Amino acid sequence: MSEKTGKSECTRRQFFVHVSMTLGSIAAVLVGVPIVGSILAPIIKKPEPEWRPVGALDSFKIGEFVKVNYVNTSPLPWAGVTAKSAAWLKRDGEEEFTAFSVNCAHLGCPVRWIEGARLFMCPCHGGVYYEDGSVAAGPPPRGLYQYPVRVNNGQVEILASPIPITTV
Amino acid sequence: MNFLKRAWLWFDDRTGLSGAIGPIARHAVPPNTATWFYVFGSATLFAFMLQVATGVTLAFIYVPSSGEAYQSLQYITTQTTFGRIVRGMHNWGASAMILLVGIHMIQVYLTAAYKFPREMNWISGVVLLALTVVMGFTGQVVRWDQTAVWSTIVAAEQAGRVPLLGGWLADFILGGDTVGGTTLSRMFAYHVFLIPALLFVFIGFHLYLVIKNGISEFPRAGDPVDPANYREKYETMVKQRGIPFWPDAAWKDMVFGFIVICTILVIAIVIGPPELGPPPDPSDIHALPVPDWYFVFYFAFLALMPPEIETYLMVFGPLLVGLLLFCLPFISNRGERSPLRRPWAVAIVALTIATISGLWAIGITSPWSPHFDAEPLTAEIIGADSGPLWRGGMNFNDKGCLYCHAISGHGGLRGPDLTYVGDRLSANELTWRIMNGGLNMPGFGGTLSNQELSDLVEFLASRKKE
Repeated sequence: MSEKTGKSECTRRQFFVHVSMTLGSIAAVLVGVPIVGSILAPIIKKPEPEWRPVGALDSFKIGEFVKVNYVNTSPLPWAGVTAKSAAWLKRDGEEEFTAFSVNCAHLGCPVRWIEGARLFMCPCHGGVYYEDGSVAAGPPPRGLYQYPVRVNNGQVEILASPIPITTV
Repeated sequence: MNFLKRAWLWFDDRTGLSGAIGPIARHAVPPNTATWFYVFGSATLFAFMLQVATGVTLAFIYVPSSGEAYQSLQYITTQTTFGRIVRGMHNWGASAMILLVGIHMIQVYLTAAYKFPREMNWISGVVLLALTVVMGFTGQVVRWDQTAVWSTIVAAEQAGRVPLLGGWLADFILGGDTVGGTTLSRMFAYHVFLIPALLFVFIGFHLYLVIKNGISEFPRAGDPVDPANYREKYETMVKQRGIPFWPDAAWKDMVFGFIVICTILVIAIVIGPPELGPPPDPSDIHALPVPDWYFVFYFAFLALMPPEIETYLMVFGPLLVGLLLFCLPFISNRGERSPLRRPWAVAIVALTIATISGLWAIGITSPWSPHFDAEPLTAEIIGADSGPLWRGGMNFNDKGCLYCHAISGHGGLRGPDLTYVGDRLSANELTWRIMNGGLNMPGFGGTLSNQELSDLVEFLASRKKE
């Protein structure tokens, strides 16, 4: 009798252990899905690239790189000045343009166009690019990223894209 | 019995606080731990407490919004009563944390306090080191100025080099695929909620283990750790010769902690917080993101390593260091503890300090960067104020040569110093190099006119010793 009681008590206890653990785990998973989902949202949700105006066609001189600013692909109302992005834009012909990312393909620092040298130079680790965006010197594993450009109703527009991440 | 005493007795009776904490505070520790050598762990804890207090204070005023954080930082620094001092203490306290964590770790390693039975003390310490470093980085980012924005991008780019997961990690760091409205809120959440929560947990665990396993006695040469009898030996020693931690050993902790806190306060008052850079504008390209001093050695490391292997080093380097530190107590958890008998340990520490100091010294001057603010060559240096020599010198200024090459102390350090290049290279060799470039030099063949090239070569060929 006593043995049986002991055994049934143990089973009863084990049952409670299982109930507690199972309910705890289910609750953790139920709550965890929306929590982890919200935190990971930025890597799941991809904004569509957007055409952004950067200036009137007439305001660009042929053969000259200028830095243009535009609103990035996913501006939030409270982003303020951080919603801005920039690109290096050159008018090649009547309606032909070249636009490079300002981010160095090495580690993303902002490259500067040095007019006298006709080179892009990065201040961080000495990456240098020719005016066609190809690597001239330094550590960048590839040339500058290029953005599509179009002319729309006399306005030059750049296809605003994410910050280019150089992956392996 | 006065009122205060009765109030305390009532409170203590209902909570049992003195009964719970008293024995822990007065627990016996080895007599030779009551030295000035043992004050660094507790000093780290005091610095952490200062970080919590000043950090919470800053959070009262700081606005963690990508658009407005900069203005709120300016408000803290210039308008808030004592705001400049609080920001200063939080900044210099972070430096103190890094410094003290480093000293504490070196000391534990040199005296092999990580050996049996304190493996988990070490491992929880490694976790705390990693969390402290992440706090340092996220702290620099929530100081939301131009450098913060570009540091975030650089961090995302580094994460991007991780195979397969790189793109996701980068987006996770940026809080999207650009710097913008989501970036700072997330960095703020890491810096203020997530990492501190983990820090509290692991600091609690770390301290619990110090009590549980006892403060490790100062090692004596020829007294190796043997897991079979170590605990017994330690307990007997503590029982026979131990002294109460509070106050016999702890008073030195208090004195040193007091000095640390006062030093941070004085520096915060005298020097103040770091200047805010220009506003966090991702379209402003005139940025030269340089991290705070404790990351400068890593910054230099990234700049100096050969590009072919940098992806591997960037990804697996920190991982390997972390793994080695984590595994250390499993690699050796017994045997000699005294640094006198562990020459390799001493050598590793010396080498690490030398490497980090060397990288740090190089990182300050960052010779790998083009120096855009280099002083142009003057007529005096060029040695002419008209003619081909003068035009060549001006070309040297205008064509960007100056950003990487120095002549007579003007210019960057990226390329060789050309002060006496005329002694080394002939006009033909100079022409060839300028036209074709080289290892880390762009070719200027496409951008120089014949006139410019011949002037430049003539100017460079004239750079001779006499």
